[in-house]
Amino acid sequence: MRALTWHGTKDVRVDTVSDPEIINSRDAIIRVTSTAICGSDLHLYDGVIPAVRPGDVLGHEFMGEVVETGANSNLEKGQRVVVPFTISCGGCFHCKMQQYSACDNSNPVEKQDLSATLYGQPMSALFGYSHLTGGYSGGQAEYVRVPFSDVGPIVVPDHLNDDQVLFLSDILPTGWMGAENADIEPDDTVAVWGCGPVGLFAIQSAIMMGASKVIAIDHYPNRLALAKKLGAEIIDFRETDVREALMEMSGGIGVDAVIDAVGMESHGFAIDNIIDVAKQKVGIGADRASALKQAIMAVRFGGKVSIPGVYGGMSDKWPLGAIMEKGLQIRSGQTHVQKYTKDLLAKIEDGTLDTTFLISHRLPLEKAAEGYKNFKEQQNEWTKVVLKPGMAG
Amino acid sequence: MDQKLKAGAGVSSLILATGAVALGAFLSHRHRLRTTDNASSSAKRQPPGDLALVGRSVTIRQARAKLFEYWRDFSNLPKFMENLESIEDAGANDALMWNIKAPAGRTVSVTTEIDSEKQDEHIAWRSVEGSDIETSGEVRFEDAPGDRGTRVSLTMSYDPPGGALGQLIAKLFQREPQVQTRHDLKRFKMLMETGEIATSVRTNDETRVVKQENG
Ligand SMILES: NC(=O)c1ccc[n+]([C@@H]2O[C@H](COP(=O)([O-])OP(=O)(O)OC[C@H]3O[C@@H](n4cnc5c(N)ncnc54)[C@H](O)[C@@H]3O)[C@@H](O)[C@H]2O)c1
Ligand SMILES: [Zn+2]
Ligand SMILES: [Zn+2]
Repeated sequence: MRALTWHGTKDVRVDTVSDPEIINSRDAIIRVTSTAICGSDLHLYDGVIPAVRPGDVLGHEFMGEVVETGANSNLEKGQRVVVPFTISCGGCFHCKMQQYSACDNSNPVEKQDLSATLYGQPMSALFGYSHLTGGYSGGQAEYVRVPFSDVGPIVVPDHLNDDQVLFLSDILPTGWMGAENADIEPDDTVAVWGCGPVGLFAIQSAIMMGASKVIAIDHYPNRLALAKKLGAEIIDFRETDVREALMEMSGGIGVDAVIDAVGMESHGFAIDNIIDVAKQKVGIGADRASALKQAIMAVRFGGKVSIPGVYGGMSDKWPLGAIMEKGLQIRSGQTHVQKYTKDLLAKIEDGTLDTTFLISHRLPLEKAAEGYKNFKEQQNEWTKVVLKPGMAG
Repeated sequence: MDQKLKAGAGVSSLILATGAVALGAFLSHRHRLRTTDNASSSAKRQPPGDLALVGRSVTIRQARAKLFEYWRDFSNLPKFMENLESIEDAGANDALMWNIKAPAGRTVSVTTEIDSEKQDEHIAWRSVEGSDIETSGEVRFEDAPGDRGTRVSLTMSYDPPGGALGQLIAKLFQREPQVQTRHDLKRFKMLMETGEIATSVRTNDETRVVKQENG
């Protein structure tokens, strides 16, 4: 089959690789009809996530048609499904608490030691990511082997097209959980850093959850314009002092909740960010947390900090004093996708959630490398890229 | 040899078993200085090189009786213990022959007998007298809090003999026995909670390659 494979920093190619097969009895094979490129893929593209190996098939946002099932899969050939990016067994301690992205049993045993050393306990598995999270072949391919296919995939009705439901695989639940983790109350002012797909869906979710005001921060006019359309007030951090603006916009209190939808590759020329960029380049493992630090300074005493943005390692000059003295609540994590898919599908069906407004480009799978390059370098115009294996070039 | 050697016996009786008297004196001295905290013996820091005793715990969301029953059928163990080729019945007294994978495609065998057991609580075994490898093991099953299932603890000890075979076996078990035990228990957990053992391979050919690398 054809698949987008990683070969090194900023080097991804569509190659011919072996077709996936049923290995375990709960597996299914999916023929991919749509798959997207995510901000998380850019962290792999930029080489800032460890344990990615040449030849790895990337992609964790995908959907398609069931073409083969193992003996204990409950899917049927021909069904149309969206597949969560988190691989979860459904039966362990964490899955039973709906903490699906912490599943005990999806990451192969021999791959668990590295993340256990890094984080204290091993990570669970994700599609198309790093060998820290299992090294499973991903969805930017014609076919994918889906383990625990009786737990993850959600069957979608035919009257909804791919573009409407594809993002149930990651960014829609991620934006939703990002807002949920901010414990939004009716009079709250919520500030969201990053107007990429995750930030935009977090904004939409925060508004639906009843925030009285949502403020979106980025530096790309087109992405800020999408946030504004959703109903957010906007701040361009290249033009405005963010902290001062947020103090004013929250009536001198500080914002009630902050959401970091930027992650470990924060942009900008704040002094701490320039130093962190340098450290990340020489590979001494410092995550760039500039946006998050700004968020922690901007949130009010007793405020709520939600971090859907991805971090992988250590961060320097962490404002520990502000966290303690201000009594902040911090929540984070890879999204527990399976917990949200059903409810969010219902919201797509009844029209309360718009999921297609952020798609800027649709490309055949063969042009995936071009998609990566532009999603990375032309962020203003390239807001979300959907790849279609069957599409004519 | 100390005939009463059992899995889970403290560091000092293992030392007696290896006959390293001087080191033993040093250790028992160390031992006296230790606080008796609540950590399991497998979590104690051990002097470098002293890897004879290994142990680990996992929590498995299954009933104690079910897990006990699965383990008590020892022929199941090779499904999740990577170093094991097979376990066969070897006569009276629940004697079992363990065929253990050794480097260069060789197999080392050891016969054990059940040392003690209590239904749904624990099983302990040890090698019969005159075995090439002195080994003992014990698995314990305890209720975990609430509906968390069962806490399973595995302790194994090895005492390889001298000579060329001894060196081979030592090498075999020194392949990070702590890591091996942890991995084996996690595979047991996967099998009991999900019915399968997770793998990220894409094709069945790849599965075989991975097995060869490890074997
Ligand atoms: N928690 C999860 O499960 C999960 C799932 C998907 C994505 N993510 C993560 O969410 C983050 C965002 O993903 P995305 O797809 O939207 O990525 P993206 O790269 O498209 O968007 C990031 C946005 O942040 C903006 N930005 C950069 N620095 C900023 C700063 N200092 N202040 C304000 N804005 C800034 C960029 O201009 C960009 O628009 C990534 O870290 C991604 O890995 C997490
Ligand atoms: Zn994603
Ligand atoms: Zn699980």
